Amino acid sequence: MKFSLGKLLLPLYTVLALIFLMVPIVYTFVFSFNDSLKSNITWRGFTFDKWLNVCQVQNGAVCEAFGNSVLIGVVATVAATTLGTMIAIALVRYRFRFRSQTSLLLFLPMATPEVVLGAGLAAQFLSLGVPKDMVTIILAHTMFCISFVVVTVKARVASLDPALEEAGRDLYGSATQVFARITFPLLLPGILAAALLSFALSFDDFIITNFNSGAVTTFPKYIYVSAARGIPAEANVIASAVFILALVLVVTAQVSRAAKEKRLAKQG
Amino acid sequence: MNSGEFASAGADLELVGIQKRFPGFTAIEHLDLKIPAGSFFALLGPSGCGKTTTLRLVAGLEEPTNGRILIGGTDVTNQKSFQRPVNTVFQSYALFPHMTVLENVAFGLRRRRIDDPVAKAHEALRLVELDHLAARRPQQLSGGQQQRVALARAIVNRPALLLLDEPLGALDLKLRRQMQLELKTIQEEVGLTFLHVTHDQEEAMTMADTVAVMNKGRIEQMGAPEELYELPRTAFVANFLGQSNLFTGPVVGSTSEAISVDVAGQKVVVPAARAHRHIGEVTIGVRPEKLTLHVTEPVGDVARNLMGPGRVIDVSFSGVSTQYLVEIAGIGTLIVFAQNMAFGPVAHEGSEVWLSWNIEHGFGLEDDASAEPRFEADDTTRSIATQKRSSLLTELEGA
Amino acid sequence: MAFAAFSTSTTAPEPAPRRKSPIALLLLLPGILYLVLFFLAPLVSLLLTSFQAPSEFGDVGQYSYAFRWENYVDVITAYWPHIMRSFGYALIATVLALVFSYPLAYFIGVKARPWPLLQSLMLVLVIAPFFISFLLRTLAWKQLLSDESFVITSLKALSLLAPDAHFTGTAFAVIFGLTYNFIPFMTLPLYTTLERLDLRYLEAGSDLYARPFDVFRKITIPLSMPGIVAGTLLTFIPAAGDYINASRDFLGGPDTQMIGNVIEANFLVLQNYPAAAALSIILMSVILVIVSIYVKRSGTEELL
Repeated sequence: MKFSLGKLLLPLYTVLALIFLMVPIVYTFVFSFNDSLKSNITWRGFTFDKWLNVCQVQNGAVCEAFGNSVLIGVVATVAATTLGTMIAIALVRYRFRFRSQTSLLLFLPMATPEVVLGAGLAAQFLSLGVPKDMVTIILAHTMFCISFVVVTVKARVASLDPALEEAGRDLYGSATQVFARITFPLLLPGILAAALLSFALSFDDFIITNFNSGAVTTFPKYIYVSAARGIPAEANVIASAVFILALVLVVTAQVSRAAKEKRLAKQG
Repeated sequence: MNSGEFASAGADLELVGIQKRFPGFTAIEHLDLKIPAGSFFALLGPSGCGKTTTLRLVAGLEEPTNGRILIGGTDVTNQKSFQRPVNTVFQSYALFPHMTVLENVAFGLRRRRIDDPVAKAHEALRLVELDHLAARRPQQLSGGQQQRVALARAIVNRPALLLLDEPLGALDLKLRRQMQLELKTIQEEVGLTFLHVTHDQEEAMTMADTVAVMNKGRIEQMGAPEELYELPRTAFVANFLGQSNLFTGPVVGSTSEAISVDVAGQKVVVPAARAHRHIGEVTIGVRPEKLTLHVTEPVGDVARNLMGPGRVIDVSFSGVSTQYLVEIAGIGTLIVFAQNMAFGPVAHEGSEVWLSWNIEHGFGLEDDASAEPRFEADDTTRSIATQKRSSLLTELEGA
Repeated sequence: MAFAAFSTSTTAPEPAPRRKSPIALLLLLPGILYLVLFFLAPLVSLLLTSFQAPSEFGDVGQYSYAFRWENYVDVITAYWPHIMRSFGYALIATVLALVFSYPLAYFIGVKARPWPLLQSLMLVLVIAPFFISFLLRTLAWKQLLSDESFVITSLKALSLLAPDAHFTGTAFAVIFGLTYNFIPFMTLPLYTTLERLDLRYLEAGSDLYARPFDVFRKITIPLSMPGIVAGTLLTFIPAAGDYINASRDFLGGPDTQMIGNVIEANFLVLQNYPAAAALSIILMSVILVIVSIYVKRSGTEELL
């Protein structure tokens, strides 16, 4: 291999770059064990208290915000995944008029800054006199998740051999049976990936939420509002727990996929 | 290579004691090879025999574990691939998809800052008759056209040595034949040294002046195509280059002229000059087209070896010739190619036949008869297909 | 991943023949209707709002429909430094993220190919910042780089930083935060194209007398263009509209406010909806113009 920028330079850089990316994560994790008072800025000693009593600070404000975020994330994910998957199947499998306009409509939300999406919806709710609450947040999150679902599921539909569905029809499957027994199971990994992505986007969204939340507090909004007066270590506990959960989920998926490929390679 | 100037002519290539190990396996055991300037040299072997590794070593895309590589007498072992006066026509062509055909061909010239790269690129494209497609992208060309662009992109640099890595592998049979001729013509025109790597024995034999048959990281035999075919030295060569009928037995008589071998009770004579071993257990052979099929027992002839009687177990008609499989008790199955001089086959399945061949056509192998044959399964060769077919047939017979 | 949205689909398999069927309409209609209602209609409201005039006898925050185009003149006059700053910061952060990510993506996508498990684990580390709250990781940097922090005090002790210098609250800090936060958006699409890069092209380049640097410049970079385009867009767009990094409670200061901060302040605090809307329309239009020119120039037009 003669194209390396020096044989050791690149691996070394990679390690340093990955460490750099981890720095704030490690910081957040470490400070979830800080025996802090109101604000969590200076190190005051190690404690498990914050992990054990997450919901006790500020009458459970952190946990309430977390609960809201989870609820919004789940509802928005279900809605966006359903709508997005339907569009993805239509895009790959069917011919229809206004195809390029449809594609543009799906692309634009991803190319629009969040602040514009948030302000636009807020302006609309304002002019229609809709009060901002949990429902408006869910409506907003579903909107920006749809495009990401379409892109993720579309890739999966495109890699699906249409002959499989034809074989299903040939073997006397009705349209619904073919979808339920063949199309859907084959698309499931793509749909799950899209759902996870939606949930992650919704859970971590602040900008759009901030414009459309009214009095409802989500987890990111809680942090934003508390940033000026100090964020309790309990917020770090929740963020770290979510991080660990997500990491375990993703790593397990990757490792089991690698193991499966190895097994297949051995058999093949 | 100095920038700004071409190599004056083809240069000779010398590999000295080359060894190449990869983690977990050895691709090349020990290789010494000399290719004279201006020749068309083919490296022939089954997949995994180390031929492509050899080519990549010469191109500078791999570093040898041991040994030296000399081009035109200069040691280039430590030169990087962009420093070597060598160009490659890759198996996949590797035409840059983001450049036009013309930019692809001019690429090497520009890197070496050679004057007037565009005019020279057009000239090279004219040589391969594709100048009218100079403005196209490689993706817009057919397989055969891409192959010719790849060739133009390599020869435009006038390398001392041109490496061809199975360049015709992706083409269909008819186009391959046509390209073989074109390549040969171009080689004669430009006078470069060509090193051609292939697993196609017909391609190697029709195009090259010298063929080296490679197996398991070593060269089994090297020489002119006729020489390799008529006088194979090992069972591997005998079977990889065309097909052979091989027999094993002890030498029972030997003169300065010939040796005679006892093959399951039948005496077979081989000229001493065509046999590599003269005592002990030996393997001897004869090509299927050298055999004559007799439907009645022929009269003894001192100039011919005779075998039989045997039974025809399969007849397959292929137009120009007919292939017979003949089973002879104690010896096994023999293949016979008979020209279709008359209408229809001469013998039918089940008929009793005798086989004879001119003593001068036999050959004796260098291989130790007791050693395991070095020939390994390779689906790409025709001989293995025949072997499989005959073993299947015997299985069927047994059932 | 979603990032494929921005890269060309030259390697996509031959699409299956598409049928015409009323089912298509059933599948499309709900989602499209949803986007029309909650994406397109809001943009129209935003446009209408941007021309609104204050109600004659209304309170603060009371506006009525009008065609007051002067709103645009007003916001541009008042906020042109913020507008310029936003695109300036976003551009610098995008370039920095590209420079940071390219070698990283090259190592993961090209050099680590023999070890697929290592590849996927390194990718997990690249996207790991996504798993922890955007706001918390920005605050973590704020504290790590505050005036009392170990990093800054050491730099001052080593005289690499003036004793009275600050990091947080400066333009450097905001650009640093933008760069850090959007690195995964840059690395992932780069990785996707580099992972599919056919190394035989690089060998062919080297065989044709190109030095390693020329191979990189003439072959590797052009062939990874789809990833570069996708990554820069995915970084530039959110960075230009971001207002968390530049916020005074995070990495910014009074002199680092970006267009997003101004939109937020006008909309949520000052209740000057027409100004916020006009600024949003300006931001959106500039981005659309930049995106379409950029995409046309780099020849990656087929986007979704």
